[in-house]
Parts: sequence; structure tokens; C-alpha cells
Amino acid sequence: MARDVRLLTQPFNPGQFVGPFTNAHPGLGGVCTFVGEVRGDSGVEALELLHYERLTLPGMEKLADSAIERFDLMGMLIVHRSGVMHVGEPIVLVSAAAKHRREAIEAVDFAMDHLKSDSWFWKREKRADGWHWIEPREQDHDDLARWAQ
Amino acid sequence: MAVTLVFLGKLADLAGVSDKQLEGPLDWQGLCDELQGPLADAVKQDRTRIAVNGQVLADKTSLSAVDGDEVALLPPVSGG
Repeated sequence: MARDVRLLTQPFNPGQFVGPFTNAHPGLGGVCTFVGEVRGDSGVEALELLHYERLTLPGMEKLADSAIERFDLMGMLIVHRSGVMHVGEPIVLVSAAAKHRREAIEAVDFAMDHLKSDSWFWKREKRADGWHWIEPREQDHDDLARWAQ
Repeated sequence: MAVTLVFLGKLADLAGVSDKQLEGPLDWQGLCDELQGPLADAVKQDRTRIAVNGQVLADKTSLSAVDGDEVALLPPVSGG
């Protein structure tokens, strides 16, 4: 199981995916996992992520392949939600298995920066006055640019 | 058969629909003529991309779609 990439439309439990992913890579030196959840910002009642069938999952698979190659990983797991989510619900899970710790940690950082501002998702937040589309912050573009060097 | 336009993200709000059928063939000028107001402005913005049948165009003004094609209008993304 070198690559496991999923796009889910229902809430998920990250532990359910990380256990089997880790077990599928005997002999690994390290696993790094990041889980992003809907933040409890004041005023945000819900968050919605939209995707485009023809691009979103294929793009995530390409991202996982490039992380596996760039960081010499044994495997990479990406699980990303689409649909309406509430505070405390997981949005994204990225896990990298490698022989050595630094590759695993950096691969997760790399994948997250690309998922934030270079993947086919559109995000909006629901506040008291309705839905608002969210565009990447300047910081997200700077984070992504680090990997181009 | 027709060309299917798919509006993603905030473009669907501006269009008032998530997709629309147009008679082909459809090029960039034809698309611009078809769209009005804030929707046209958003589609012309540099950071809005276009994909035809799942292939993102390097240059959206090179659009050349025929009946049966799916043309997706992709505003700036934000995920995670």
C-alpha cells in the first residue's frame, strides 16, 4: 500500500485510517500524521468544501505520488473531506511512512501546503449573515513557494 | 449534444446555476460573449482557470470546445 488517497463526503475517524496504514508498512522507521479540523473561530457556524469530480481526486493522487518520490517514502495516506462540516470535525488527514523521521515529517508539511492552496477545492464559511467564500491567504502562497526552491 | 459549462466555487453563485448547456463550438470569445456582469469579470480574472474534459488549459484563451465537451470554470482554490 504505497499510496492511499480518498475523497470522502461523510465524517471520518482519522484513527481508523492511520492504524491500517501503519500496519501496511512493516520495517518503517517513522510515521508522521497531521489531522486538520474545523477550527472553533468565533462566528463560524459551518464550513463547506466543494470539489470537482474530474480534477480533485486525480490531483490528490498526483500530489501523493510526487511526495512519495520527492521524500523517498514507503507510503503516503491522504484523506480529504468534501461537503458541509462543523466545528471539531476532521477536514484532512495526511500520513507519511518512511525509513527516517525527517522525510516523513517534511512530506506531510509538503502535502499540506499543496492541499491548502494548490488542490481543487473551494471553501466557504457560514456565518450569521450567510455563506462567505474563502480564498487562500498570502501566507498560504508563501508556504507553497518554499517547496519550489 | 452540447457543450456543458460547469461553474465551480463562487462562480456557481454568480451564475445562479452549477452548470449550463451551450451550443458548440465554443471558443474564448464565444464564452466571454455568453457571460455577463460580475460572472464575466470573475472568469476573465488571471487566477480563474479553465479545464476541458478534466484537462486544465495552460492558456484559457486557447479554449476550443465542441459538442459533448465539459468546460469547467475554476476560480482560485482553497482547501485543507
